[in-house]
Amino acid sequence: MNLEEYKGVYVFAEQVDNKLSGIAFELLGKAKDLAGDLDTYVAAVVIGSEIKGLADELAAHGAEKVIVVDDPELKVYRTEPYAHALSEVINKYKPEIMLVGATAIGRDLGPRVSARVATGLTADCTQLEIGDFPINPVAGKEQKHNQLLMTRPAFGGNTIATIACPDNRPQMATVRPGVMQKIDKIEGAKAEVEEFNPGFTPDNKYVEIMDVVKAVSETVDIMDAKILVSGGRGVGSPENFRILEELAEALGGEVSCSRAVVDNGWKPKDLQVGQTGKTVRPQVYFAIGISGAIQHVAGMEEADVIIAINKDETAPIFDVADYGIVGDLNKIVPELTKQIKAAAISK
Amino acid sequence: MKIVVCVKQVPDTKGGVQFNPDGTLNRAAMLAIMNPDDKAGLEAALRLKDQYGAEVTVVTMGLPKASDVLREALAMGADKAILVTDRVLGGADTWATSSTLAAAIRNLEYDLIITGRQAIDGDTAQVGPQISEHLDIPVISYAQDIKIEDGHVIVERQFEDRYHVLKAQMPCLITALSELNEPRYMTPGGIFDACEAEITTWGRADLKDLDDANIGLAGSPTKIAKASDKVRKGAGEKVTLDPEESVVYLMGKLAEKHII
Repeated sequence: MNLEEYKGVYVFAEQVDNKLSGIAFELLGKAKDLAGDLDTYVAAVVIGSEIKGLADELAAHGAEKVIVVDDPELKVYRTEPYAHALSEVINKYKPEIMLVGATAIGRDLGPRVSARVATGLTADCTQLEIGDFPINPVAGKEQKHNQLLMTRPAFGGNTIATIACPDNRPQMATVRPGVMQKIDKIEGAKAEVEEFNPGFTPDNKYVEIMDVVKAVSETVDIMDAKILVSGGRGVGSPENFRILEELAEALGGEVSCSRAVVDNGWKPKDLQVGQTGKTVRPQVYFAIGISGAIQHVAGMEEADVIIAINKDETAPIFDVADYGIVGDLNKIVPELTKQIKAAAISK
Repeated sequence: MKIVVCVKQVPDTKGGVQFNPDGTLNRAAMLAIMNPDDKAGLEAALRLKDQYGAEVTVVTMGLPKASDVLREALAMGADKAILVTDRVLGGADTWATSSTLAAAIRNLEYDLIITGRQAIDGDTAQVGPQISEHLDIPVISYAQDIKIEDGHVIVERQFEDRYHVLKAQMPCLITALSELNEPRYMTPGGIFDACEAEITTWGRADLKDLDDANIGLAGSPTKIAKASDKVRKGAGEKVTLDPEESVVYLMGKLAEKHII
């Protein structure tokens, strides 16, 4: 493998139902930083059917080049045709860095592709930067420059590891949604668009899609909410979430929840915050009746202000809360809602 | 039908995370358990065995003490257990781990391979899909339901806001979510038998079609540059007040932060 041949920071621009996912723009924002440090270019790879129209939107978010793989076999995500498409893009264009969102699609596609092109893959990264490996010089060992240093939590968020991939290319990472920042849209930006189709011949690895069942949910994406009122097991019942909904409404925020709430069937999975749910960074996060297990905290600790209400004064949520109230949520939350509404009227 | 289940022994991070006074992880105080997603995968295999009849073989790669999770799997109802252990396999990243496990599985007959979605220590969710790639078989990850119909496997595959019902040819690899089921308990008779049962142990020499360049620390493309305990955000104010005073306190803070 001649590492010098590999150039450019590439982003897998995930689309679902021919609409680009937010993670595509977050990755482009980060790719621009990395490409600046490496003095190279940013490319987006978009894979699907009838998706050429997405190129301008990718350009507006920082892509200088867009590689389009368009084929009817790619209409709905399936591992094999997508893995074939992305692997062939890598083989042809030889990117130095390949970023993929750590979504349900990306965490399936990333490892399959990395195994096919025989390179390293770091999962679920929360920080990416260009630096040296080893970080500090080690006698008798070559220190390589301009390496991608990929930082990620492990052990359920208890430890942080920084990982490099010094001898293989591309350096691949899946990146946790909600962590990287999009750039401000560049109106009217155009990218160099290249169509590339490696050919798709179904084989034994093609699965058949028998049905696509969308969860019936009219809720907005909690990752976009400025204020989240999040409830846990301590809320007590699905009906009792009403008092959280009223608080959220008074504040112009949204309701989210912990995994226990989803496991109990009280709320749908798309409202779950945490390691196996979504990572959120709202301006204000209310943790109500949430004990604060490490798996939950991993998904919300970047919130600007964390307010916890819990009757158990030893709950670990108080270790990360800016303001913690030990008390009964059933008494505090409705009264708080009432006073917030009153304050809004008097303004 | 023959099913191979890959399981991993992990420290129990869920619920029972223990810290030393200096804030580092106290691993000695944490139990070593069967990874929860893998246990759901094993349970799924055992249910297929109950329903259709199947031979269930569990495979793990690890230190000799990882045989504990194999005995647990046998006590739950697995038929055979294989421990892949060798010093040269240590320090592996997901590429080297999946290469090694694929090389072990090449010695076995299988219609289905089931792994967990992810292990709670590494949290990568890569090894299952990578094994399938090395073995050149289809993969369906994030399974929330598994059925067999007409010699095909039908799986509900979870996404963020939907699920796909997928039909795949066998052999096929599936990664299981812990939401898939409630794993059964070991039976007393099962525990007794599992203590007596023979566990097949394979070393480097027993692995099939595996290049030495793809094993252990040296065969891992990714290298750890730095590892540290997470610097946790410090606790803020914690108050215990009666409900009315709590509300006054919160209103004050919300106003101070210009939230209201």
